[in-house]
Amino acid sequence: MVASDRKYTKDHEWVLAEGEIATVGVTEYAAHELGDVVFLELPEVGTVVGQGETVGTIETVKSVEDLFSPVGGEVVAVNEAVLDAPETVNQDPLEAGWLYKVRIGDRSELDELLTADDYDALIGG
Amino acid sequence: MTTTTNDDTPLRSTPLTAWHRDHGARMVPFAGFEMPVQYRGVLSEHAAVRERVGLFDITHMGEILASGPGVEAWLDGLCTNRVSGMPEGKVVYTAMCRPDGGVLDDMLIYRLGRVDWMIVCNASNHDKIAAWVVERAAGVAGVTLDDASDRTAMIAVQGPEAAALTGRLAALSDSADALDALDFYTAFVLPRPGGRWIVSRTGYTGERGYELYVPYDDALPLWEELLALGGDLGVEPIGLAARDTLRFEPAYCLYGHELSEDWTPLEAGIGWAVRLKDRDFVGRAALQGQKEHGLPRQLVGLEVTAADAAGRERPAPIARQGAPVFCGDKPVGFVTSGTKSPTLGRSLALALVATGCDPADLSVEIRDRRHPVRTVPYPFLAARVKGDPRAAR
Repeated sequence: MVASDRKYTKDHEWVLAEGEIATVGVTEYAAHELGDVVFLELPEVGTVVGQGETVGTIETVKSVEDLFSPVGGEVVAVNEAVLDAPETVNQDPLEAGWLYKVRIGDRSELDELLTADDYDALIGG
Repeated sequence: MTTTTNDDTPLRSTPLTAWHRDHGARMVPFAGFEMPVQYRGVLSEHAAVRERVGLFDITHMGEILASGPGVEAWLDGLCTNRVSGMPEGKVVYTAMCRPDGGVLDDMLIYRLGRVDWMIVCNASNHDKIAAWVVERAAGVAGVTLDDASDRTAMIAVQGPEAAALTGRLAALSDSADALDALDFYTAFVLPRPGGRWIVSRTGYTGERGYELYVPYDDALPLWEELLALGGDLGVEPIGLAARDTLRFEPAYCLYGHELSEDWTPLEAGIGWAVRLKDRDFVGRAALQGQKEHGLPRQLVGLEVTAADAAGRERPAPIARQGAPVFCGDKPVGFVTSGTKSPTLGRSLALALVATGCDPADLSVEIRDRRHPVRTVPYPFLAARVKGDPRAAR
């Protein structure tokens, strides 16, 4: 069962909304399927991103995948620690492996995301 | 990795395919076969081979037997490296070229007996090489070809504990001396009830290791015996993804990456496997000409570097196959292979680059952005194999 305190996308990202700030990361399922993460490109603080926009990449030994922003807004923080130690995404995708935070522009966008139950069904949980 | 499979062609299996599936391997199509790309994870499998011992199912490789008194001279005329005069039990790494010097494939040549030879080629080039040798043998006296690829399984045992593990095999209990005496790039034949085994001190990881050629029916019992015998040594199965990172660090060429019909073995950095003197072979004139006039391009080692605003070093992106290389603003080449070296933790690449570029001006384009690179000598990691040209520089 996936963590119920957050919302999800079909691209296997999670969003944890706390007040006006949303924290974004990749799911445990994604971290497992991707394999060993060796490099991340994340948006810079101050960038304004739109929902569904490509905002970065996640690179493993074998492949490169785009990161899409699950929710629009201004990027207010980037996890510098995962840039230095990308393997954190594999080790702790839901907590220490968070990627970036945005100040949510339009809260209704959160309603378009998958609930934990929806996401659990998507990955065959 | 290139896949030559059409969607409507069923993938071939090896005697171990079901085992791989049953043991959690992620399976992928590779050169017409369904092969395991990873089990536990690329990095842990890579480390297992560098630190302990790993097993590889490489049954997809092609084995073509050539026998008869005419083979020695005939085969020498196809290989960039000298194979005539090889002692029995010797293995030689070579390329076969087109007349224009383009590489058809790289391969191992075994002299198993006086008139008993074996050509071991890449799976991705098997059909091409099988057709090439048949074509070139037409009308040649004393050459009989037998493509044994469909009945020959191949298991590689690689890593610091490979000798200890291989020495425990029941089938080798009477061959301890032969195994101990086996130098790098030598092999011996072991008669067995189900057909001969070939025990070869070769590999594609830069570690001490063996490659075992066995009849299909012997493959699964052998694989399971190796796993059972090697529990205390930390043996584990290794997928193709780690096979690629393991061969990349000591800069062993991979066909379709460093080697291609579109350039020569000299440009690809395997000039040590090209012997031009006192012999003739297909492609010789082209290679001789290139050597005299200078190589238009050459394989170089690159490290992608990255730093934050404060100049502090950061993990760098991987320059993958095809990434363009620039000298200043001028395109001068492309990456042939790149990865983050699991052992060294650096973003490294091999690239085919025009000769004469100023190393200080090189950059590589990754996802539409230029990244600074510095040239580094390869092998990036010296092969721990005495006698291997990639052992040290």
